[in-house]
Amino acid sequence: MARMKFLCDAERCIECNGCVTACKNENEVPWGVNRRRVVTINDGVVGAEKSISVACMHCSDAPCMAVCPVDCFYRTDDGVVLHDKDLCIGCGYCFYACPFGAPQFPQAGAFGLRGKMDKCTFCAGGPEVDKSEAEFKKYGRNRLAEGKLPACAEMCSTKALLGGDGDVVADIYRERVLRRGKGSEVWGWGTAYGPGAPGAKPPAQPARKS
Amino acid sequence: MKKLLIAIAALGLVAGCGESEQVVVYKQGKYQGKPDTRSWDNEQPVAELRGGSWKKGDRANWEEQIKNRQLAQHEHRRIYQ
Repeated sequence: MARMKFLCDAERCIECNGCVTACKNENEVPWGVNRRRVVTINDGVVGAEKSISVACMHCSDAPCMAVCPVDCFYRTDDGVVLHDKDLCIGCGYCFYACPFGAPQFPQAGAFGLRGKMDKCTFCAGGPEVDKSEAEFKKYGRNRLAEGKLPACAEMCSTKALLGGDGDVVADIYRERVLRRGKGSEVWGWGTAYGPGAPGAKPPAQPARKS
Repeated sequence: MKKLLIAIAALGLVAGCGESEQVVVYKQGKYQGKPDTRSWDNEQPVAELRGGSWKKGDRANWEEQIKNRQLAQHEHRRIYQ
Protein backbone atom coordinates (compact mmCIF):
# COMPACT_ATOMS: atom_id res chain seq x y z
CA MET A 1 0.00 0.00 0.00
CA ALA A 2 1.37 3.35 -1.03
CA ARG A 3 2.16 6.01 1.56
CA MET A 4 2.51 9.24 -0.35
CA LYS A 5 5.42 11.40 0.83
CA PHE A 6 7.64 14.21 -0.36
CA LEU A 7 11.40 14.01 -0.09
CA CYS A 8 13.61 16.98 -0.90
CA ASP A 9 17.26 16.43 -1.70
CA ALA A 10 19.12 19.39 -0.19
CA GLU A 11 22.21 18.61 -2.31
CA ARG A 12 20.20 19.26 -5.46
CA CYS A 13 17.78 22.05 -4.58
CA ILE A 14 18.93 25.27 -6.24
CA GLU A 15 16.26 27.51 -4.68
CA CYS A 16 14.68 28.26 -8.05
CA ASN A 17 11.17 28.26 -6.56
CA GLY A 18 9.90 26.34 -9.58
CA CYS A 19 7.94 24.05 -7.23
CA VAL A 20 6.29 27.04 -5.56
CA THR A 21 5.30 28.48 -8.91
CA ALA A 22 4.09 25.12 -10.24
CA CYS A 23 1.89 24.68 -7.15
CA LYS A 24 0.49 28.19 -7.40
CA ASN A 25 -0.29 27.75 -11.05
CA GLU A 26 -1.67 24.24 -10.92
CA ASN A 27 -4.00 24.87 -8.00
CA GLU A 28 -4.70 28.57 -8.59
CA VAL A 29 -3.83 29.29 -4.98
CA PRO A 30 -4.96 32.77 -3.87
CA TRP A 31 -2.62 35.63 -3.10
CA GLY A 32 -1.09 35.37 0.36
CA VAL A 33 -1.41 31.60 0.59
CA ASN A 34 1.70 29.52 0.01
CA ARG A 35 1.08 25.83 0.02
CA ARG A 36 4.75 25.25 -0.72
CA ARG A 37 7.84 27.34 -0.09
CA VAL A 38 11.59 27.00 -0.30
CA VAL A 39 13.52 27.37 2.95
CA THR A 40 17.22 28.21 2.85
CA ILE A 41 19.61 27.81 5.75
CA ASN A 42 23.07 29.39 6.03
CA ASP A 43 21.98 31.85 3.38
CA GLY A 44 25.01 33.44 1.75
CA VAL A 45 27.58 31.29 3.56
CA VAL A 46 29.81 29.85 0.86
CA GLY A 47 29.66 26.05 0.77
CA ALA A 48 27.17 25.81 3.63
CA GLU A 49 24.02 27.12 2.00
CA LYS A 50 21.29 24.51 1.70
CA SER A 51 17.72 24.82 0.49
CA ILE A 52 14.78 22.53 0.79
CA SER A 53 11.25 22.80 -0.48
CA VAL A 54 8.67 22.46 2.28
CA ALA A 55 4.93 21.87 2.21
CA CYS A 56 2.57 19.57 4.08
CA MET A 57 4.55 16.40 4.79
CA HIS A 58 1.40 14.26 4.99
CA CYS A 59 2.48 12.92 8.37
CA SER A 60 1.64 9.34 9.28
CA ASP A 61 0.57 10.59 12.73
CA ALA A 62 -0.50 14.09 11.84
CA PRO A 63 -0.62 16.65 14.69
CA CYS A 64 -3.09 18.84 12.75
CA MET A 65 -5.48 15.93 12.72
CA ALA A 66 -5.03 15.44 16.46
CA VAL A 67 -5.75 19.04 17.47
CA CYS A 68 -8.60 19.89 15.08
CA PRO A 69 -11.65 20.69 17.24
CA VAL A 70 -14.11 19.93 14.46
CA ASP A 71 -12.32 16.81 13.14
CA CYS A 72 -12.23 18.01 9.57
CA PHE A 73 -9.05 16.08 8.65
CA TYR A 74 -8.87 12.64 7.13
CA ARG A 75 -6.21 10.42 5.60
CA THR A 76 -6.79 8.79 2.25
CA ASP A 77 -5.90 5.18 1.50
CA ASP A 78 -2.65 6.43 -0.07
CA GLY A 79 -1.64 8.22 3.15
CA VAL A 80 -2.47 11.75 1.96
CA VAL A 81 -3.73 14.05 4.71
CA LEU A 82 -6.69 16.11 3.49
CA HIS A 83 -9.40 18.21 5.07
CA ASP A 84 -12.99 19.25 4.48
CA LYS A 85 -13.22 23.02 4.00
CA ASP A 86 -16.97 22.98 4.57
CA LEU A 87 -16.29 21.88 8.11
CA CYS A 88 -13.17 23.94 8.88
CA ILE A 89 -13.83 26.88 11.19
CA GLY A 90 -10.48 28.60 10.54
CA CYS A 91 -9.46 28.47 14.22
CA GLY A 92 -5.75 28.07 13.43
CA TYR A 93 -5.01 25.26 15.89
CA CYS A 94 -3.57 23.16 13.08
CA PHE A 95 -1.18 25.99 12.21
CA TYR A 96 0.22 26.00 15.77
CA ALA A 97 0.41 22.19 15.85
CA CYS A 98 2.14 21.73 12.49
CA PRO A 99 5.97 21.58 12.75
CA PHE A 100 6.29 22.60 9.09
CA GLY A 101 3.98 25.63 9.00
CA ALA A 102 1.94 23.94 6.29
CA PRO A 103 -1.58 25.20 7.13
CA GLN A 104 -2.23 28.56 5.50
CA PHE A 105 -5.07 31.01 6.05
CA PRO A 106 -6.31 33.49 3.47
CA GLN A 107 -6.39 36.95 5.02
CA ALA A 108 -7.74 38.97 2.14
CA GLY A 109 -11.03 39.91 3.83
CA ALA A 110 -11.86 42.96 5.91
CA PHE A 111 -11.17 43.22 9.67
CA GLY A 112 -8.26 40.75 9.64
CA LEU A 113 -10.61 37.95 8.70
CA ARG A 114 -9.03 34.53 8.87
CA GLY A 115 -10.57 32.27 6.28
CA LYS A 116 -10.71 28.52 6.08
CA MET A 117 -7.45 26.67 6.20
CA ASP A 118 -5.70 25.83 2.94
CA LYS A 119 -2.78 23.48 2.56
CA CYS A 120 -0.97 21.19 0.16
CA THR A 121 -3.25 18.34 -0.93
CA PHE A 122 -0.51 16.29 -2.63
CA CYS A 123 -2.52 17.31 -5.70
CA ALA A 124 -5.24 14.92 -4.54
CA GLY A 125 -8.14 17.38 -4.35
CA GLY A 126 -10.55 16.97 -1.47
CA PRO A 127 -13.94 15.62 -0.44
CA GLU A 128 -15.85 16.71 -3.52
CA VAL A 129 -16.60 14.86 -6.74
CA ASP A 130 -13.21 14.11 -8.29
CA LYS A 131 -12.08 16.51 -11.02
CA SER A 132 -15.21 18.63 -10.55
CA GLU A 133 -15.38 22.43 -10.61
CA ALA A 134 -16.26 22.49 -6.89
CA GLU A 135 -13.22 20.39 -6.02
CA PHE A 136 -10.92 22.60 -8.07
CA LYS A 137 -12.23 25.81 -6.52
CA LYS A 138 -11.85 24.59 -2.95
CA TYR A 139 -8.82 22.32 -3.12
CA GLY A 140 -7.14 22.64 -6.50
CA ARG A 141 -6.31 20.04 -9.10
CA ASN A 142 -6.74 16.33 -8.45
CA ARG A 143 -3.72 14.98 -10.30
CA LEU A 144 -3.70 11.65 -8.47
CA ALA A 145 -7.13 10.92 -9.95
CA GLU A 146 -5.53 11.59 -13.35
CA GLY A 147 -2.75 9.10 -12.61
CA LYS A 148 -0.18 11.83 -12.07
CA LEU A 149 2.08 12.97 -9.26
CA PRO A 150 2.02 16.42 -7.62
CA ALA A 151 2.91 19.23 -10.00
CA CYS A 152 5.73 20.55 -7.77
CA ALA A 153 7.65 17.26 -7.86
CA GLU A 154 7.05 16.64 -11.54
CA MET A 155 8.10 20.19 -12.42
CA CYS A 156 11.30 20.19 -10.34
CA SER A 157 14.11 20.89 -12.81
CA THR A 158 16.89 19.23 -10.82
CA LYS A 159 14.59 16.49 -9.49
CA ALA A 160 15.52 17.56 -5.96
CA LEU A 161 11.92 17.31 -4.92
CA LEU A 162 10.64 13.75 -5.16
CA GLY A 163 7.03 12.84 -4.59
CA GLY A 164 5.31 9.48 -4.39
CA ASP A 165 5.23 6.31 -2.33
CA GLY A 166 7.67 6.67 0.57
CA ASP A 167 9.50 3.45 -0.25
CA VAL A 168 9.91 4.29 -3.93
CA VAL A 169 11.20 7.84 -3.41
CA ALA A 170 13.49 6.61 -0.62
CA ASP A 171 14.96 4.02 -3.03
CA ILE A 172 15.62 6.74 -5.61
CA TYR A 173 17.22 8.98 -3.01
CA ARG A 174 19.38 6.17 -1.62
CA GLU A 175 20.73 5.30 -5.05
CA ARG A 176 21.69 8.93 -5.58
CA VAL A 177 23.44 9.10 -2.24
CA LEU A 178 25.41 5.94 -3.00
CA ARG A 179 26.38 7.25 -6.43
CA ARG A 180 27.56 10.66 -5.30
CA GLY A 181 28.79 9.53 -1.88
CA LYS A 182 27.31 12.29 0.26
CA GLY A 183 24.15 13.96 1.46
CA SER A 184 22.59 11.18 3.49
CA GLU A 185 22.76 12.87 6.88
CA VAL A 186 19.29 14.30 7.12
CA TRP A 187 16.91 11.44 6.67
CA GLY A 188 15.91 8.44 8.78
CA TRP A 189 16.70 4.74 8.89
CA GLY A 190 14.25 3.55 6.25
CA THR A 191 15.48 6.12 3.76
CA ALA A 192 19.13 5.40 4.41
CA TYR A 193 18.98 1.60 4.44
CA GLY A 194 15.72 0.69 2.73
CA PRO A 195 12.61 -1.04 3.96
CA GLY A 196 14.40 -4.41 4.41
CA ALA A 197 12.54 -7.68 4.87
CA PRO A 198 8.85 -7.42 5.79
CA GLY A 199 8.51 -6.90 9.53
CA ALA A 200 12.23 -6.23 10.00
CA LYS A 201 13.17 -3.69 12.65
CA PRO A 202 16.25 -1.48 12.92
CA PRO A 203 18.89 -2.80 15.33
CA ALA A 204 18.64 -1.72 18.96
CA GLN A 205 20.73 1.22 20.09
CA PRO A 206 23.80 0.19 22.09
CA ALA A 207 23.42 0.80 25.83
CA ARG A 208 24.93 4.07 27.00
CA LYS A 209 27.69 4.05 29.51
CA SER A 210 26.73 5.99 32.61
CA MET B 1 -36.94 2.95 57.21
CA LYS B 2 -34.64 4.76 59.61
CA LYS B 3 -31.80 2.36 58.78
CA LEU B 4 -32.36 2.93 55.10
CA LEU B 5 -32.19 6.71 55.55
CA ILE B 6 -28.98 6.37 57.58
CA ALA B 7 -27.49 4.16 54.85
CA ILE B 8 -28.40 6.66 52.13
CA ALA B 9 -27.01 9.54 54.20
CA ALA B 10 -23.80 7.58 54.81
CA LEU B 11 -23.47 6.90 51.09
CA GLY B 12 -24.04 10.58 50.42
CA LEU B 13 -21.29 11.51 52.84
CA VAL B 14 -18.69 9.26 51.24
CA ALA B 15 -19.68 10.22 47.69
CA GLY B 16 -16.96 12.86 47.55
CA CYS B 17 -14.28 10.37 48.54
CA GLY B 18 -14.22 8.61 45.19
CA GLU B 19 -11.02 8.75 43.20
CA SER B 20 -11.64 9.63 39.64
CA GLU B 21 -9.00 9.80 36.89
CA GLN B 22 -7.45 13.27 36.83
CA VAL B 23 -5.38 12.82 33.70
CA VAL B 24 -6.99 13.73 30.42
CA VAL B 25 -7.04 10.71 28.16
CA TYR B 26 -6.72 11.84 24.57
CA LYS B 27 -9.05 10.20 22.11
CA GLN B 28 -8.45 10.47 18.40
CA GLY B 29 -11.35 12.31 16.81
CA LYS B 30 -13.30 10.75 14.00
CA TYR B 31 -13.54 12.53 10.68
CA GLN B 32 -16.82 14.43 10.52
CA GLY B 33 -16.75 15.67 6.95
CA LYS B 34 -17.98 14.45 3.61
CA PRO B 35 -16.73 11.18 2.12
CA ASP B 36 -14.15 11.35 -0.65
CA THR B 37 -13.84 9.17 -3.70
CA ARG B 38 -10.59 7.27 -4.11
CA SER B 39 -8.16 8.09 -6.87
CA TRP B 40 -8.60 4.76 -8.66
CA ASP B 41 -12.40 5.05 -8.65
CA ASN B 42 -12.18 7.39 -11.61
CA GLU B 43 -12.30 6.84 -15.30
CA GLN B 44 -8.83 7.05 -16.78
CA PRO B 45 -8.13 10.49 -18.19
CA VAL B 46 -8.31 11.36 -21.83
CA ALA B 47 -5.19 10.61 -23.83
CA GLU B 48 -4.22 14.29 -24.20
CA LEU B 49 -3.69 14.58 -20.44
CA ARG B 50 -1.11 11.77 -20.54
CA GLY B 51 -2.21 10.40 -17.21
CA GLY B 52 -1.69 6.75 -18.05
CA SER B 53 -4.28 4.04 -18.13
CA TRP B 54 -6.04 1.91 -15.57
CA LYS B 55 -9.39 0.24 -15.10
CA LYS B 56 -11.89 2.15 -13.01
CA GLY B 57 -11.88 0.76 -9.47
CA ASP B 58 -8.75 -1.36 -9.99
CA ARG B 59 -6.43 -0.18 -7.28
CA ALA B 60 -3.49 -2.41 -8.18
CA ASN B 61 -3.67 -1.20 -11.77
CA TRP B 62 -3.68 2.45 -10.68
CA GLU B 63 -0.82 1.88 -8.22
CA GLU B 64 1.25 0.26 -10.96
CA GLN B 65 0.65 3.24 -13.21
CA ILE B 66 1.52 5.76 -10.50
CA LYS B 67 4.63 3.75 -9.58
CA ASN B 68 5.87 4.00 -13.16
CA ARG B 69 5.33 7.72 -12.90
CA GLN B 70 7.36 7.82 -9.67
CA LEU B 71 10.22 5.90 -11.23
CA ALA B 72 10.33 8.43 -14.05
CA GLN B 73 11.75 10.84 -11.46
CA HIS B 74 14.83 8.64 -11.24
CA GLU B 75 17.14 9.95 -13.94
CA HIS B 76 19.89 7.42 -13.21
CA ARG B 77 17.49 4.64 -14.13
CA ARG B 78 16.15 6.57 -17.09
CA ILE B 79 19.60 7.31 -18.50
CA TYR B 80 21.49 4.10 -17.80
CA GLN B 81 18.84 1.54 -18.72
